[in-house]
Amino acid sequence: MRDKLVIEKPVHDKLPIARPRIGVAGKTGTWRVEKPVVDNNKCKRCYQCEIYCPVNSIRVEPETGVIIDYEYCKGCGICADVCLFNAIQLIPE
Amino acid sequence: MSKTLVLTGNYAVAYATKLARVDVVAAYPITPQTTIVEKIAELIESGEMNALMINVESEHSALAACYGAALAGARVFTATSSHGLLYMHEWLHWFSRARLPSVMAIVTRTIGTPWNIWSDHFDFYDQRDTGWLLNFAMDNQEVLDLTIQSFKISEDPRVYLPVLVAIDAFILSHTATPVELPDEDAVAEWLGPRRQGYVVDGSDTIAVGNLALPEDTEELFMDIQKAMEESFTVIKEVDQEYGKLFGRSYGGLIQCINCEDAKYYTVAMGSWTGDLIEAVNKLRGEGYPIGVVRIRFYRPFPHRDLWDRLNNAKGILVYDRGLSFGAWGPLYTDLVTGMYNYTRKLPIISNIVAGIGGVNITHSDFYELTKQFVDEIEKGNEPIRFKWYHKR
Repeated sequence: MRDKLVIEKPVHDKLPIARPRIGVAGKTGTWRVEKPVVDNNKCKRCYQCEIYCPVNSIRVEPETGVIIDYEYCKGCGICADVCLFNAIQLIPE
Repeated sequence: MSKTLVLTGNYAVAYATKLARVDVVAAYPITPQTTIVEKIAELIESGEMNALMINVESEHSALAACYGAALAGARVFTATSSHGLLYMHEWLHWFSRARLPSVMAIVTRTIGTPWNIWSDHFDFYDQRDTGWLLNFAMDNQEVLDLTIQSFKISEDPRVYLPVLVAIDAFILSHTATPVELPDEDAVAEWLGPRRQGYVVDGSDTIAVGNLALPEDTEELFMDIQKAMEESFTVIKEVDQEYGKLFGRSYGGLIQCINCEDAKYYTVAMGSWTGDLIEAVNKLRGEGYPIGVVRIRFYRPFPHRDLWDRLNNAKGILVYDRGLSFGAWGPLYTDLVTGMYNYTRKLPIISNIVAGIGGVNITHSDFYELTKQFVDEIEKGNEPIRFKWYHKR
């Protein structure tokens, strides 16, 4: 690779890029019809749910287990689907 | 030190990428482009060129791989032809709309069916609306010079658009002529480091290619149009600088041959312009006041340059090696539209479509057709406006 790369703004100011922020589309948790609920006793900390969550609303902590951000979780159910130990159930809101 | 090698058009392209110090090449082989990539692979293998070659399974992936590498800050290159170019077509749009500088070479080849490997310009014209700058070389020396110039144009902050360099199949791609290679360090110094508007390297959190609302989208596309307009100046500057440094400049977006005090003009693009120049030289010898305007850049379309040159013309004959079926040759359509921007009274402008499917058009064909066109007008007749010249 070349040693130098020059980043210079185009003469016409705009660039076709976006800067992602949390919650630009509002609190998407209100879209939810079914809510994923975790049984952390069954959870083996395999991180499948965290990897597969399409909206980055799941975090797995070694101590506490699965933490779901209900403000943005849309309730798609993928976490429950990929869970290998039936630790996540979907319940109606 | 500059040096002269005997190179085919394809090898001239390969050496140009070496001189431009390209970082990443991703390509898929297709006749007649194959020897470009073969030569680059050879140059990398022998250690003469320091680049990464990505072997991909299709042209669609080739340009996609270049896109990723360009986003990450690499100077990228690919090459293709005909069906490969059509398969790649979607990605041409991604590139220009992401405003990523890049250069690709296409070796123009007829589109099937029937299967045909000879040159016409249909594949080139199919890229007209992609937002790439489109240019066309006439000989192997220009192939090399134009490819190097294209990197400079593409990475200019006034432009930041990809550039496509076209060369005719076999007539240039597989025909060897002496080509002068400028000094490698001088080229590197002139081109400078890779330059682009943004980079995806983890240093900043940005997203490319996500949803934008109609107004934002339209404004980004309006910027592409502005960049195209800016590129008129950049192309001319780059051509002049190149001339000063390396001894060859071509006149910017168009090149005029025998145009002094001309009353009639022929317009053409690509390698066959060489044959046309020969025919026009002969006509000049016979006292015909006629010149050749060669289109070097098709996008942006050089309407202003053409108007400056052609505003006193009595007759203009446009030769097209492609056609929009059901309409006319693309060069003709653009030239008429471009001229109409400056005047309400157009001279006689005729269109001859020829050389389709690789049919060989020689200087004697150009001589007869051009002579006939001028003679008709001189006799006070109306020459035919559109003709598909077929030799059999």
